[in-house]
Amino acid sequence: MRLPVRFLPSIVWLVRLLVGAYPRWIGSAPSANQRIYFANHSSHMDTIVLWAALPHSLRVNTRPVAARDYWGRGGLRTQIAQEELNVVMIDRARPAVDRGDADNASDALADALEPLRDALTHGFSLIIFPEGTRTPQPLPGAFRSGLFHLAAQFSEVELIPVYLDNLHRSLPKGALLPVPIISTVRFGAPLPRVAGESRDAFLERARAAVIELAGG
Amino acid sequence: MAPTDTFFWVLLAFAALFAAATALGTWLEARAGDTVKVAWIHQLNVRIRASWLIPLLFAIAFALGSAAVVLVFAVASFLALREFVALTPIKPSDYWALIVAFYVAIPVQYLLIAAGWYVGFAVFIPVYLFLVLPVIMAWRQDVERYLERVAKVQWGLMISVYCVSHAPAIATLRIPGFEGRSAMLLLYFLLVLQASELLAVIVSAAIGRTPLKSNPNKSREGVAIGGGAAILIGASLWWMTPFSWWQSLLMAAAIAIAGFLGGLVLSAVKRSLGARAPVASDSVQLGRGMLDRLDALAFAAPVFFHLTLFFFAR
Repeated sequence: MRLPVRFLPSIVWLVRLLVGAYPRWIGSAPSANQRIYFANHSSHMDTIVLWAALPHSLRVNTRPVAARDYWGRGGLRTQIAQEELNVVMIDRARPAVDRGDADNASDALADALEPLRDALTHGFSLIIFPEGTRTPQPLPGAFRSGLFHLAAQFSEVELIPVYLDNLHRSLPKGALLPVPIISTVRFGAPLPRVAGESRDAFLERARAAVIELAGG
Repeated sequence: MAPTDTFFWVLLAFAALFAAATALGTWLEARAGDTVKVAWIHQLNVRIRASWLIPLLFAIAFALGSAAVVLVFAVASFLALREFVALTPIKPSDYWALIVAFYVAIPVQYLLIAAGWYVGFAVFIPVYLFLVLPVIMAWRQDVERYLERVAKVQWGLMISVYCVSHAPAIATLRIPGFEGRSAMLLLYFLLVLQASELLAVIVSAAIGRTPLKSNPNKSREGVAIGGGAAILIGASLWWMTPFSWWQSLLMAAAIAIAGFLGGLVLSAVKRSLGARAPVASDSVQLGRGMLDRLDALAFAAPVFFHLTLFFFAR
C-alpha cells in the first residue's frame, strides 16, 4: 500500500500524540552545525521519536541510519523510511567487526560504513544507535565501533549524545501497538575529542555520556 | 430569545471578558519593573491564556455540535492518562492492561457519554473494567507487586477517564424545565471552576501569607478569599442554570471545594510517584501538564454532576 506523500508529515504528529517526544536540550542547543546524534536504542520507535524531537528546519538535513533488514523490507515502513525520514540504509556490521577478526573486520566495516561516510561527506547530519540493536531496558549496552571510526575520520562533526527515555516501556519487544506514554529526548553537550584515545576508551566515554543524560 | 441565542451572547460576553483580562495581563507584564513581579504576572498570564480554552471549546461545540465537546474531553483524558502512566512504574507484563485502558476504555466511556446512557457510563469503568483489568494482569502470572500495579492502572483510569468524563456528561443531563440548555450548565460549571482556580492564584500572589504545601503558587488565605469570590460569582450566574440564586451559591461552593480537594489529592499522588515540577520551557508543548490542568476538574465534575442529577434531573 502506498500513501500519498502529503499525508506522511502526520507521522510526526502521531508520534507526538502517542509518546510525546518532548525535546530537552541540556548541554547543547538546536543548531545547523553538522552533527552525529548518537542515542540509546530501546524500541522500534526510537528513530522516529528522535527525528520528531528535532526542530523542523533541522530535520531536512538530518538522516537517521537504519538497518536494512528491518526498515528495508518494503511496504509502508520502507516508504516512511525513504520518503519521510530519508534514512541511510546500512547492512548491520558483521560479527567479524566486533570480534576484532583482523583480516575480515576492516573490509566488512568499510563496506558497512560506506553509506554513512557518503552522507557525511554530502553535509548531512546523522542519527545513529551505536548499540547496533535494541536493548529493552533503561540503560544502553556496549557500543559498537562505527561511531569511533566516523568520529576519527570526520573530526569537524559534533558528536551529540542523546538519551531517549520510557520507550521500551511503551513498546516492549514483540509488541505492535505502542502504549501511550510521555517520553523526553535529552540532548547533551558535544562529546570532546581526546587525541590518541583508544577505541574502547572512546566508546566507553560515549556510552557514559548517554548514561549521564539518563539521570536528568 | 431561543436558548441557542442566549448561549451565543453569553459566550460572546465571556470571550470579551477573557480578552480584556489577557490584554490587561500582557500590558502589566510589559510594564512591570522587577523580575519577581514579572515572574508572577507571567505565571498569571499563562493561566489566563489557558482560560481561553473554555470559550474556545464552546465555540467549537456551537459550530460543530455537542459531539465535538465529548471528543475534546476524550483527548484530554487520553493525554492525562498518558502522563499518569509515564509517572507509574510499569512492567512489560502490564502491556495488555494498558492497551485496554487506552484503546478500549477511553473510546467506550466517551461513546457511552455521547449516547447519554447514564447507567452505562456510570458502571463501565468502576464495575466492569475494575474486574476485567486484574484478570488481564493475572493471566500472565507475574505476581511481583501485583496489587500495586493493578491499583495504579485503575487509579489512573478512574481519575483521568472516569472522573474527567463527567464534565461532558453534565451537558447530557435532562432537567425538567431546562430542556435543550444543559450545555449552558457545563459552561457554568467550567466558569465557576476556572474562576476559583484563577482567583486563588491571583489573591495568593497579591497577599501572599501561608503557602500551601501541595501547591506553592497558592496560599491558605488566597484559596479562602479567591474561592469565596468564585462562589459569589457562581451565585450571580444563577440565571444560566436551573437553580435559584441560593442553590447556585451552594453548587458553586461544592464546585470550588471539590476542585480545591482535587488539587490537594493529585498533588499528593504526583509527589508520591516522584514527579518533578515541569521545566518552564515544557509548558508550551502539547499535552504537557495535562494532569495539573485537570486535577480540580477531575474531582469537581462528578460531584457537580451527581448533585445536579440527584436534586434537579429525573
